[in-house]
Amino acid sequence: MTMFNKPGELSRRGMLKGAAAIGAAGLILPASLGAARAQPKPGGVFRIGIGHGSTSDGFNPGLWDNLYAQTFAAARHNQLIEVGADGQLKPEIAEDWETPDGATWIFRIRDGVTFHSGKTLTPEDVLASLNHHRGDQSTSAVKPFFDPVTDITIDGQNIVVTLDAPNADFVYLMSDYHLPIMPGADGKIDPMSSDGCGGYIVESYEPGVQATLNKNPDYWKSDRAHFDRIELLSIIDSAARLNALITGAVDTIDQVDPATISMLESRGGNRILSIPGNAHYVFPMDSRAAPFSDNNVRLALKFALDRQEMVDKILAGHGSVSNDNPIGPANRYFFADMEPKGYDADKAKFYLKEAGLDSLDVTLTAADAAFSGAVDAAVLFSEKAAAAGINITVDRAPNDGYWDNVWMKKPFCASYWGGRAVEDHMFTTAYARGAAWNDSFWDHDRFNQLLVEARSVVDEDKRRDMYQEMQQIVSFEGSVVIPMYNNYVMAVSDRIATPEKISANWNLDGFRCVERWWTA
Amino acid sequence: MTAIWRMIGHRLLLGLLTLFIVSVVIFGATELLPGDLARELLGQSATPETLAALREQLGLNDPAPVRYWNWLTGAIQGDFGVSLANQRPISELISGRLWNTLFLALYAAALAIPISLTLGILAALWRNSAFDRISNSLALSAISFPEFFVAYILVLWLAQSGLFPSMVRITDATSFGDRLYMTFLPALTLTLVVTAHMMRMTRAAIINLLASPYIEMAHLKGLSPLRVVLRHALPNALAPIINVVALNLAYLITGVVVVEVVFVYPGLGQLMVDAVSNRDIAVVQAVALIFATAYVLLNLIADVLSTVSNPRLMHRR
Repeated sequence: MTMFNKPGELSRRGMLKGAAAIGAAGLILPASLGAARAQPKPGGVFRIGIGHGSTSDGFNPGLWDNLYAQTFAAARHNQLIEVGADGQLKPEIAEDWETPDGATWIFRIRDGVTFHSGKTLTPEDVLASLNHHRGDQSTSAVKPFFDPVTDITIDGQNIVVTLDAPNADFVYLMSDYHLPIMPGADGKIDPMSSDGCGGYIVESYEPGVQATLNKNPDYWKSDRAHFDRIELLSIIDSAARLNALITGAVDTIDQVDPATISMLESRGGNRILSIPGNAHYVFPMDSRAAPFSDNNVRLALKFALDRQEMVDKILAGHGSVSNDNPIGPANRYFFADMEPKGYDADKAKFYLKEAGLDSLDVTLTAADAAFSGAVDAAVLFSEKAAAAGINITVDRAPNDGYWDNVWMKKPFCASYWGGRAVEDHMFTTAYARGAAWNDSFWDHDRFNQLLVEARSVVDEDKRRDMYQEMQQIVSFEGSVVIPMYNNYVMAVSDRIATPEKISANWNLDGFRCVERWWTA
Repeated sequence: MTAIWRMIGHRLLLGLLTLFIVSVVIFGATELLPGDLARELLGQSATPETLAALREQLGLNDPAPVRYWNWLTGAIQGDFGVSLANQRPISELISGRLWNTLFLALYAAALAIPISLTLGILAALWRNSAFDRISNSLALSAISFPEFFVAYILVLWLAQSGLFPSMVRITDATSFGDRLYMTFLPALTLTLVVTAHMMRMTRAAIINLLASPYIEMAHLKGLSPLRVVLRHALPNALAPIINVVALNLAYLITGVVVVEVVFVYPGLGQLMVDAVSNRDIAVVQAVALIFATAYVLLNLIADVLSTVSNPRLMHRR
């Protein structure tokens, strides 16, 4: 990587080259779709039925936690940086960015962008938007990611972010969906306001029911936001969502129930988009507590489940097997050639013996709050593990309060991760020593050392080696069973055209279907 | 008549006491639930620092009695406060949904009450006939299926063919006619669910009276069976029928969350469920009070009407 050859001259393009294609994973589309490809044309109404949304949703960006809030935000806001459909970082409100040393990041703020209210966007607005997620008073979910940020200042048209240590991946944080640029006043944004600089202006919003937005005539992007009007409907029940699509009440739905996919396809008029991303389902084990403190026990469990069967039965094939690896195929440094762990009862028995055990009794707590089908997956796990002398008792927990009473409380449970665009984010979030969400309470010296070192390494090959070694360690010595990566499965009416490439970093084209898709 | 007014005043006071007790019970029950609003809002992404900051902002650190008192004093002054979850005024959150819920309940009642009374009277008139047996078994089958099943069957038959929308989308611009059309399926579902109860009560109450000596006298005087039932039996059977109608109306207002979910109907039930799972105590309390008020008022109306319908009750010693 040549990015640090001449300090102070690293351009965004250099960074991009280094960043390579993180979302290389393409998309699976029926071949018949070729005809629908055309130049985007403006006009039309786009109605999306989303399986999330609650009456308690609001405009405070630090608290957004579901697909409804995220897609609604993508329709009315811009961020500093966008993750393109190909997984590469693209300039949005930040026209360009550079770093002389990896610890100071300079973002040049785009000129001439206006908010829906008519106010012109200034670096002060950006500063207020970022500071909303920092400091003692902040309630933002991304606050921990701002811990290494020591200072954010304004320098003319630039925003300068100073970190306590170099981090080559820091810039990715600016593409996080929690960080929209909102108008500031006295250094603060108004978390009750819907005002943004995105492609659509909010007309009405009823939390947990619907939102309607109209095209922003002054949108600075000329090649985006093709629809005249966006309607976002919250349809929690998956059968109701499917009915809405079939009867033509909506044009797109997310989270299609795998059991209904083949019927929907044979009906015609709609198509399924199944996008492999980095999202994955996990069974974390508390590595501090017996019997999971012994890596042999953890390995025995990792060999005692049939991953392919889970992909077939729980995901109906809309996913892929994971080798206990939280880094997905859409990541830059994904270790594809790691030695696989198939279902092997003999190997599981072997590792049990290594641990000095003849049989093992553990309780696995699961609820569908962890992921859709979690209880069934736990039962499958238990059935297969029995052959290896491992008795897994499946404890079904209520969905309500699952994150409070089960996750990170019970020694062995089900959970999920949305995946991260950057390896460092994923590892730092859930595998680093003492991390708030290290749900296996795992502490591995070599891993932690590599994790910190890799942040400031600039040599591409060396970086790749380091991240692959970390994946190897997590897979074979970590304390999380990761059976599968789940695809993002959406159904789209033939009235709507979609671009060649659909983003793999989040659901609904990285939440951006509202501005990337168009009327067919 | 003064007896009636005295009774109404008495009942209203008791109703207020009931509401107070309900609010204490609901508050206590929500306190027993694991986790709190801050935890639910942040979900999986909660860290101790963000939790502490959010609890501080929301005032969740005050002891429970203090929070209850703050809420109660506000509510008495007509200020239900703001939703703790998204700072929207609760009155604004509730008003639209309350109207939607009442609309659906009245719509379903307008369909169900005439149908069940007619069926009940006819079944009593022709008791043990084929008509009686068939209408009874159909009504009982409809009530025996779970609501969501009835709803899905209706969607399959009536919505997928394009006759009626499977999803209700009401905006301020929706006309009354469109509203009736869009909410037909949920209203029909609820009608099927509540008809059996009212119909069978009507039938039983009338049949019970048909064995009385004064009915026999009417028959002996040569009155037609229909006239006997409508003119002589029905007025005396009104009290139990009114009570069961009131009970079902209350159910239509408070218990239709499943139907709301299937038809994506923005009513109070879904709001209540969301608020409970978010521990948004202010909204839970407000909705619970509305539900309790519906029960108290409907029961009061039922009592008044059955007293009026039976002059003997006005002069009891």
